[in-house]
Amino acid sequence: MRPFEYVSPSSRAQAVSLLGTAWGNTEILAGGTDLLALMKDDVVAPKRLINIKEIKDLRGVSLSAQGLRVGALTTLGDLADDANVKKNYPVLAEALIEAASPQIRNLATLGGNLCQRPRCWYFRNGLGLLPKDETGRELVAAGENRYHAILGNDGPAKFVSPSTVVPVLIAYGAMVRIEGPKGKRELPLEKFFVIPRTDSEREHDLRPNEVITEVLVPPATGVKAAHYEIRQREAFDWPLALAAVALKMSGSKVQTARVVLGYVAPVPWPSPEAEQTLQGQPVNEESAQKAAEAALQHATPLSSNGYKVQLARVALKRAILKAAHRGAA
Amino acid sequence: MRDDDDPNPKDPEAKPDVSGVSRRDFLKISGLSITLPLVGEPKMAMAAGQQVVVHGPGKVPMEFSINGRRLKADLEPRVTLLDALRDQFELTGAKRVCDRGECGTCTVLLDNKPVYSCSVLAIEAQRKAITTVESLMQDGKLHPVQQAFVDNDASQCGFCTPGFIVACKAFLDRHPHPTPEDIRHGLSGNLCRCGTYNGIRKAIAQVAQKGA
Repeated sequence: MRPFEYVSPSSRAQAVSLLGTAWGNTEILAGGTDLLALMKDDVVAPKRLINIKEIKDLRGVSLSAQGLRVGALTTLGDLADDANVKKNYPVLAEALIEAASPQIRNLATLGGNLCQRPRCWYFRNGLGLLPKDETGRELVAAGENRYHAILGNDGPAKFVSPSTVVPVLIAYGAMVRIEGPKGKRELPLEKFFVIPRTDSEREHDLRPNEVITEVLVPPATGVKAAHYEIRQREAFDWPLALAAVALKMSGSKVQTARVVLGYVAPVPWPSPEAEQTLQGQPVNEESAQKAAEAALQHATPLSSNGYKVQLARVALKRAILKAAHRGAA
Repeated sequence: MRDDDDPNPKDPEAKPDVSGVSRRDFLKISGLSITLPLVGEPKMAMAAGQQVVVHGPGKVPMEFSINGRRLKADLEPRVTLLDALRDQFELTGAKRVCDRGECGTCTVLLDNKPVYSCSVLAIEAQRKAITTVESLMQDGKLHPVQQAFVDNDASQCGFCTPGFIVACKAFLDRHPHPTPEDIRHGLSGNLCRCGTYNGIRKAIAQVAQKGA
């Protein structure tokens, strides 16, 4: 790891003023589980780390009539253990436990989970987020792409969004709050993620001098939710495809559905096509299959990842059936 | 080739180590002579109208609570807790294998929770209670988890064992009566390349049964 300066601001305002206006020279240190590995591999080489863990009001989990408020510094482990989360957002608790090993869950924060960098092996080997050779040829499209994107991959970004928790949060309708030099802003979590077009952009809407302060999840009363991950190992592995579903039922029929796929695109991938297909339908094998086909109808697999189209269909079909069969929170 | 740590070198030509300095001591002394000085006055930066301390990139005085002892060292901010334990405090139970938060050999407890010490900076671990595998044995008696590893043949080459022992202890503290599924998931953060998982599962079952 290269040498760096280390600063621990005690307030949000201090943190914001210490951050730079361009990516690269400063990085926010929260749990550090992703950042330190990237620094050891020289993928990022900040000159200064801003440790935000001394900012007390970035912590805490609370439930009110407006829903769940999660401070950005809450660890995945503390959030999974929270009694309100287990009771009211059981699928979130499950996704948090499956997201990482106990040792990681005790360090990694929810804010950091939103900002973790892609697992793309070209990126992790220092070839850049949008890797190209000297002739401008895209390395992922021409090379080893079995774990890469099958949707939203028409631009130079071919990696997949790495969080397994975010699709569940989006299905629950989560919002993210951000603070920067111009004050606070709030946006739906799905709008937080963007597909970068140039190397100077990142995978999210956060500016270099902004900090995620909290994640808000609306009440999930009556929501039937589920997620389904397809992985090579049962525990502690990156999925090949995943789906998160939240259904509001009217009798035996779907009133509204939220459907989000993960590990298929450079962003968490909501599927309005699947949502529309489900609306007004009873949930059964047939309607789940139709929704899965609708979600993947525009998939554009690369040379070696066509298999992921079927995996994503299966993940979504199973998530829909799982959601329908479980009691509402 | 001979290992300087080997107390009984087999090679009859080998001369006794007249200096009496082990390889670990030698590395430490030679490192010291190059890097000893340079703990400067802290630099300050303005942040939202207030002064905040900027540590590093050179050495910073740090203080730790490790296995109940107060220990001090001057370290750069980039030094991980794992490297501080091994290189500064001679606590070599936690091992450095992947150094990327995947294999679990560096597992220690931070405020009683298991973490990868490779994925924590030493500077962040100040003011937290750090517990390493070295503290588990009390009064010459193995910790029940350690004894269960011996009884159930739960290690082969042994390199993953210290990390596994700490992870198992933390797991059993939280799940005194685990199901087999709890064990599989609860210990997913540690890898054994020899494949001693069956022995480890049996060791955990033994401790759980005894209710230690």
